Amino acid sequence: MSAIEINIHSKTYPAIDQVGVHLAIKNLKLSIKSGEFVCLVGPSGSGKTTLLNIIAKLDKDYVGEIAVGRYNAQSKIGCIFQNPRLLPWRTVRENIELVLDTSQSLAIVDELLEVMQLTDSQQVYPERLSLGMSRRVSIIRAFAIEPDVLLMDEPFVSLDAPTARQVRELLLKLWQNRPHTVLFVTHDLREAITLADRLIFLSARPMSVVSEIVVTIPRAERHNESVVEVFRQRLLNDYPEIKQLL
Amino acid sequence: MLPKRTLPVLSLVVLLVVWQALASYINSGLLPAPATVATVFWLEFMTGQLPYHLGVTLLRLLVSFSIAMLLGCAIGIALGRNKKMDAFFDNWLVISLNVPALVTIILCYVWFGLIESAAILAVVVNKLPNVIVTIREGTRRLDQDLLEMASSFNFSKHKTLLHVIWPQLHPFVMGATRSGLALIWKIILVVELLGRSNGMGYQLHLFFQLFDVASILAYTIAFVAVIQLIEVMILKPLDKKSLRWRR
Repeated sequence: MSAIEINIHSKTYPAIDQVGVHLAIKNLKLSIKSGEFVCLVGPSGSGKTTLLNIIAKLDKDYVGEIAVGRYNAQSKIGCIFQNPRLLPWRTVRENIELVLDTSQSLAIVDELLEVMQLTDSQQVYPERLSLGMSRRVSIIRAFAIEPDVLLMDEPFVSLDAPTARQVRELLLKLWQNRPHTVLFVTHDLREAITLADRLIFLSARPMSVVSEIVVTIPRAERHNESVVEVFRQRLLNDYPEIKQLL
Repeated sequence: MLPKRTLPVLSLVVLLVVWQALASYINSGLLPAPATVATVFWLEFMTGQLPYHLGVTLLRLLVSFSIAMLLGCAIGIALGRNKKMDAFFDNWLVISLNVPALVTIILCYVWFGLIESAAILAVVVNKLPNVIVTIREGTRRLDQDLLEMASSFNFSKHKTLLHVIWPQLHPFVMGATRSGLALIWKIILVVELLGRSNGMGYQLHLFFQLFDVASILAYTIAFVAVIQLIEVMILKPLDKKSLRWRR
């Protein structure tokens, strides 16, 4: 588990006409507690993916500081991207085994395949999988490295509702088995309420924090959709500023 | 309906029949009949002349091809990944692509003498730019998403190259291999004709001076057969193995 401190003064992109710059993120401050499940909610195109890329150290071109973990100790970061990003020339199992450290035991792969109900498909090449299955493989892949921090970028988008719910439940099961810090990007408020300890609402470009809201529903009651819906309505009434972000 | 398999065989038979008919009609030493060519082939084979010269040429093919592919892949990947380097070397590449093969061969012989390494160098220099251009194109089209995935999971350079980059380059490497084989063996014959005292090119030159068309055809057939064998025995199985994941 690792806490995350984010303090980004600015993140810019070169504008399309090559003159001037495009401000993507401005004065974004966040602190995430160790073991916390945080959902980042904001309009699409606001720069949430950019933020995750910065935290994952894929993007180093910004002004500010990110601290993951304590005393600069190496924190393992697992990424689950919007697209599964599996290697098509490796089977499901090979895709997962490839990311493991040599010191890690392969037992975790069997265990995760079992939980995600993919044991029968482990020798299949990704092009033969449905999107829902590919998503599950990419979730397994991120869990397999036993990360301290898990970054998820709308991993359930474009799944049909029952499949999304199923994968969501499996994800929670994995998370509860082995707690770690999670940053989960979504623009689906219901999904966010179902999953998160805390919601962070982000504005459109340039992105910054609009409000932070703790989800007070006990986890045991969140499978009840009407409870989630009541909470959602109350949020929208109490915080009118978040309405335009959805 | 004929089964699909018999069609390739049938086409060869038709070719032989047409050849035979033409040869009988013309009835001259300048177009020998298939049977005559077969006899020459057999004689040349038994004396060991044909296997020797064919072997020499194939060895040159193997050496120059390997050097050109290895260098070409390395440089092509480097140029595809590094925009500044690419901008600098692009002109060199275009120029070397357009230097006629014959010029490179002559220059190599003039500068380094009529020696084996000059012959190999001439072939490599001719082939290299093609490999570089093909591999550079492949490298430019690498999937950025997969590369990000690799770096987010802390893949080592070696792991990324082997499991993420190489499989994506594979079709381009196979393309360069095929066009390379076809190009190289044609150039090698010219190289041998101009400055070597063995190999297919040298032999063909000799037969040309004697107007010995039967021998020319016999050697040609042997060479084409070998190249075809390489395709069927090596390249096709490689294709099949590496593309087994496709739907």
